[in-house]
Amino acid sequence: MSDVKAEWPLWEVFVRPKAGLDHKHCGSLHAADAAMAVQMAREVYTRRQEGTSVWVVKSSDITASDPGDKDMYFDPMEDKVYRHPTFYELPEAVNHM
Amino acid sequence: MYTQAMDTAPKEERKAVRTAEEAQLEARFEARIDDGAFIEAKDWMPEHYRKTLVRQISQHAHSEIVGMPPEGNWVTRAPTLKRKAILLAKIQDEGGHGLYLYAAAETLGVSRDQLLDALHTGRAKYSSIFNYPTLTWADIGVIGWLVDGAAIMNQVPLTRCSYAPYARAMVRICREESFHQRQGYDALMVMMRDGTDAQRALVQDAVNRWWWPSLMMFGPPDSESTHSAQSARWGIKRISNDDLRQKFVDATVEQAKVLGVTMPDPLLKWNDERQRHDFGPIDWDEFWRVVGGHGPCNKERLAARVKAWDDGAWVREAAMAHADKQARKQAVKEKAA
Amino acid sequence: MAATAESVRLKLTPPVQYVLRIADTCLIHAQRLSEWCGHGPVLEEDIALTNMALDLIGQARALLTHAGQLEGQGMDEDQLAFLRDERQFFNLTLVELPMRRSSAHAPGGDFADTTLRNFLLATWLKQLWQGLLSSSDAQLAAIAAKALKEVRYHQQHAGDWVVRLGDGTEESASRMAAALERAWPYTAEMFVADAVDGTAAEQGLGPARSALRSAWLDEVGAVLEEAGLKPPADTPFLSTGTKGVHSEHLGFILAEMQSLQRQHPGGQW
Repeated sequence: MSDVKAEWPLWEVFVRPKAGLDHKHCGSLHAADAAMAVQMAREVYTRRQEGTSVWVVKSSDITASDPGDKDMYFDPMEDKVYRHPTFYELPEAVNHM
Repeated sequence: MYTQAMDTAPKEERKAVRTAEEAQLEARFEARIDDGAFIEAKDWMPEHYRKTLVRQISQHAHSEIVGMPPEGNWVTRAPTLKRKAILLAKIQDEGGHGLYLYAAAETLGVSRDQLLDALHTGRAKYSSIFNYPTLTWADIGVIGWLVDGAAIMNQVPLTRCSYAPYARAMVRICREESFHQRQGYDALMVMMRDGTDAQRALVQDAVNRWWWPSLMMFGPPDSESTHSAQSARWGIKRISNDDLRQKFVDATVEQAKVLGVTMPDPLLKWNDERQRHDFGPIDWDEFWRVVGGHGPCNKERLAARVKAWDDGAWVREAAMAHADKQARKQAVKEKAA
Repeated sequence: MAATAESVRLKLTPPVQYVLRIADTCLIHAQRLSEWCGHGPVLEEDIALTNMALDLIGQARALLTHAGQLEGQGMDEDQLAFLRDERQFFNLTLVELPMRRSSAHAPGGDFADTTLRNFLLATWLKQLWQGLLSSSDAQLAAIAAKALKEVRYHQQHAGDWVVRLGDGTEESASRMAAALERAWPYTAEMFVADAVDGTAAEQGLGPARSALRSAWLDEVGAVLEEAGLKPPADTPFLSTGTKGVHSEHLGFILAEMQSLQRQHPGGQW
């Protein structure tokens, strides 16, 4: 039976893939403390590319804009977020070997 | 494949009475879906959408995690150092995929510990394929070829799932997945082409045991699937079970020819009219037996995961205790400064 | 065709044995670490332990390949890993001890054993690799340059865990203390002076183990203190894996590791 007290906090991970580029959000992970979070981010999110820098932030420390505002929610301008090319990236070589 | 158990889940109780506002929000939500828009974590979404996604994403995650021990079974016996390293990297990827998926599910307001609890207590399902034993080294190659092959077929459409955190996780996963299939096929190729008769026999035997369970990975026939219509509308499930299964058979039969193995199905043959392969009947009794918990390894797989979790409790608690101590020390320091 | 594959027998010169000591230590430690894959206390650490195992396998492969070249009979990394008999393995006995699984007659270990051993070993390997950077053997120096980066990370990661667990809960502290009791006697072997080491140092191949002791004690001592742990008193116990005479654990490890190659002579993988 899991003990809620013992659950490790959630951290959001941002990786700078190459010098000169921005840090990009790549996902989250659980860690007990910041030192562990940074190490785990390296293990989990930079195994295939040389991330030059990793940021971790406790998810609870992130303040986000609220898309729940009904008027803004349906504003056509909001859609530009979904036009970002990275959201449509197709994986290579998955249908043939 | 990960929706395989979705079709066996109890029908969700839809709230009969909705406020006018909710009805309007839901109509606008459906319009956004129809437009091909992505939904993010903080967007308004129907409760049914959220629940369906939590179940599907978490079961997908559980499948990755439960998929680790069957292959882990052969890491210490891998026949060369190169194969050992490749297999370790593959299993590690699977752990990573589980992690990305738990992370995606957590954006929907559940915690990983809650999801793991559902798995460990048998309330959540995982792909039935991992309830079969890995009896020889050839099984490892065949898993890469067939099981990961089937997974890839299922996963590509999910990169277009309407729920963006899931779609993004799928993009990351698909990028890593093709290596999994290639390494399995490569291992088999070496054994078939350059190996001994005994090795070739191992490969054929593994194919004989894993072929039908791989076909079952795509879930029950469309005629028996419930819930698919709504999932299809929401872009959670874009291609039907039978269509995916057919695609898989057609692709794999060609690959089998190159390898020089045969599938254990006397009815498997090309149909010129349909321009597809016909294949024999699947033993759906076996499927329901395994999904229902009575396959060769169900109990062991879950027991292994529960043990790992339970044995690790003291570790996780200690890490939090230490973090708390450090935080308190830091607070005292800052106060004094 | 023979029913099982024949063992290879090495001509053991001091340089070959010196290199094999490091290679086999990395290999057997990686073999034990890989037992955790899919069974770790938390998913993130499962991934981290596997990364460590992968680094060590990489180091072992490079070293075994080099040992095969030095030895002169043209053996490759796999022949050395899978067809050598126990008496020609030269790892530290420490890395044979159980980590997670029990064997027929010995109880298993736990995560405390694992992370402590990772830390003690990584600290030792770091000293060794640092010394090997200036090896008269260019290949060895090149391997050292790459391995040093990896082992620094292993030491930090494992050391952080030693502190977390030593200074965590009462249970974790007592498990760490027990792990330290079990492991400490086996660390004496890390610093033994012998003829192989003597020759290696003379030829500029690499440092003698005895030269590593004080730096190792300093680093390990600092972390153990931070963890609230006290190293046990030294005893006359001395393990002998580096001489080819092992604990009862290695037989099981090799039987498992080598089984497929032994069963399939002439097999291609």
